[in-house]
Amino acid sequence: MKTLIFIEKNPLSGLLRDVSVELSAKAFQLMEPYNGEVVGIFTGDKLPENTDILFSYGMDRLIHYNNSSLSNFYSVAYKNILEKMILKEDPDFVLFGATNMGREVAPLISSSLQTGLTADCTQLYIDDFKNNGKILYQVRPAFGGNILATIVSPDQRPAMSTVREGVMRLPEKQNKKKEKIESFDIVPEDLWFKDEFLEILKKEKKVNLNKSNIIIAGGAGVGSKENFKLLFDLAEALGAEVGGSRAAVDSGFIDKSRQIGQTGAVVRPKLYISFGISGSIQHRAGMEESGKIIAVNTDVNAPIFDISHFGIVEDMKVVIPVMIRYLKEDING
Amino acid sequence: MKKIVVLAKQVPDTTNITGETMKEDGTVNRAALPAIFNPEDLNALEMALSIKDRTGAEVTVISMGPPKAVEILKHSLYMGADFVYLISDRKFAGADTLATSYVLAEAIKYLGDFDLVLAGRQAIDGDTAQVGPQVADKLGINIISYIKKLVDIDENRITVERDGDFQSEVIRSSFPLLLTVTNDANIPRYPNALKMLRYFRSDLQFNISEENTDQFKENRWVIPTLSINDLKLDPAKCGLSGSPTKVHKIKSIVLKGGDLKIFENNKGGVMELVKEIIKDYAEVN
Ligand SMILES: Cc1cc2nc3c(=O)[nH]c(=O)nc-3n(C[C@H](O)[C@H](O)[C@H](O)COP(=O)(O)OP(=O)(O)OC[C@H]3O[C@@H](n4cnc5c(N)ncnc54)[C@H](O)[C@@H]3O)c2cc1C
Ligand SMILES: Nc1ncnc2c1ncn2[C@@H]1O[C@H](COP(=O)(O)O)[C@@H](O)[C@H]1O
Repeated sequence: MKTLIFIEKNPLSGLLRDVSVELSAKAFQLMEPYNGEVVGIFTGDKLPENTDILFSYGMDRLIHYNNSSLSNFYSVAYKNILEKMILKEDPDFVLFGATNMGREVAPLISSSLQTGLTADCTQLYIDDFKNNGKILYQVRPAFGGNILATIVSPDQRPAMSTVREGVMRLPEKQNKKKEKIESFDIVPEDLWFKDEFLEILKKEKKVNLNKSNIIIAGGAGVGSKENFKLLFDLAEALGAEVGGSRAAVDSGFIDKSRQIGQTGAVVRPKLYISFGISGSIQHRAGMEESGKIIAVNTDVNAPIFDISHFGIVEDMKVVIPVMIRYLKEDING
Repeated sequence: MKKIVVLAKQVPDTTNITGETMKEDGTVNRAALPAIFNPEDLNALEMALSIKDRTGAEVTVISMGPPKAVEILKHSLYMGADFVYLISDRKFAGADTLATSYVLAEAIKYLGDFDLVLAGRQAIDGDTAQVGPQVADKLGINIISYIKKLVDIDENRITVERDGDFQSEVIRSSFPLLLTVTNDANIPRYPNALKMLRYFRSDLQFNISEENTDQFKENRWVIPTLSINDLKLDPAKCGLSGSPTKVHKIKSIVLKGGDLKIFENNKGGVMELVKEIIKDYAEVN
């Protein structure tokens, strides 16, 4: 058995994207019982600097397709390279990060190979399927997150999935393998460059909610951008990061990069404190595995309380200033 | 730049899911959900219409779906589309993105020459964002996804801004080309009152043949419906049988109840809560 992983680099840091590491670890976990192989593929002009991490999570081989013009993302050229490589390696499964790049190149490949592709999987496992032997079961939220669907593509090879960053947990245990990198030069004539890249525009630095132990999150109930300052003050007092619901993002209270949930970041902090968030299914999809959940909401029937450990039924504008005061007193002795 | 095809889908409004929309057995009662124009397909249509305003290009909207999807096609006419087609056949039922893209790509080829195909980034019923790229692959044309801005367009080339995860890229490409458009790209226009009056009573017309397609083009009271036979499709590649992915099972999301402790909504309550937070704080720092 063999699983192939599309490896991506953060162009700003030159390091691996977290999702690439998470997928390598997941693939190893899938392949280990069958003595299967985990193979990474990176297309670009320069490998990420820290590829050793991939091997420490159980990758067997990393294949690098090298050409200086591939520093830009020419999706069709990427597709042509990956397709050839998939035909050569003949993997059972191919995993992509559900990144802007992965979500463009994976459907191109699935179309030309006529194979099944399941987007935004939250669980992957291998099991028997009728007379087809072992296949990949792909679980994903559907219908706006109100149901979980298990998708299979039993008749075509390879089965392909995309997975969002942060969804697959990194295991504690590492499985160090010997580093093995195979590099191939690409003849540009084989590619298909139709795009001219005129300009690269920097984006504001992304907040990385996954790196914090404590997250303070606000929703529509916070009411305004000004009120959100209260959350930032509390976060400062606790050394926490601030996130929010999609309603908070859509209302312009906070930046999109701080959205938590099915279509935002998936977080698992030790402590999650929410203010004015009702607790929709889509929001919970991004935070319900937090260690401890605290909710402040004016509505005692808000579903967020169903998954909370502690709660207060009160206006957040009243609660936060008192919290900050007690916190400061307590922390300072 | 002469011809633009827009791909539009009618979707259940998943943003308005209430208790009533979930059945007892945990499945979704589609009938209880209002059907809407997929939001980002409106952005794709708006981009097409703004290009039409500038260049005089002709805008055709196609949708694969049941007869009810005529609603979004009429809406497209109200907004300013020149031609609309419903691609409809019972055998399309159960199509995954691959089978959908096969039908849409064949329909585009059937309709003749085109320069630009615009799709929404993703449809809110599945959030897969796959159909656009898959159609481009089947047409053998270039694709740029996640377009957040139309920068420039002339006779031979289009310049757009693509939204990446870490940076955005200004990219220029020649035609033909497929773009997938995000909701950052524009604000869709309202339906035009005169056009609403004109097309209000337009309705579906079945049994379109190659010979009479042009005739229907002239008469916009009818909305041509194209079937498997009209498009000469391979039934094995359509609907459920053309879909490599199958739904194995579905499960409604069960809410797990926590052991919730509610503190009083007074200063004492907040103080107790803060004590709990401090306990955790000591552990994590
Ligand atoms: C496909 C899809 C994907 C989605 N993805 C996401 C996602 O990734 N993340 C996400 O969050 N949502 C997502 N949503 C949206 C989601 O369905 C909800 O609409 C959203 O989470 C609601 O945000 P909210 O809880 O802040 O707002 P509301 O549901 O409006 O809740 C506001 C809450 O604040 C309380 N409140 C009001 N005033 C106060 C006050 N002064 N003090 C304290 N409490 C107060 C109210 O009682 C209420 O419970 C998605 C939806 C769809 C269909
Ligand atoms: N049945 C359909 N008819 C027309 N266009 C569609 C259909 N399904 C998907 N599309 C187009 O493809 C885009 C992406 O869809 P999806 O892959 O389902 O998220 C949509 O925004 C539409 O532009």
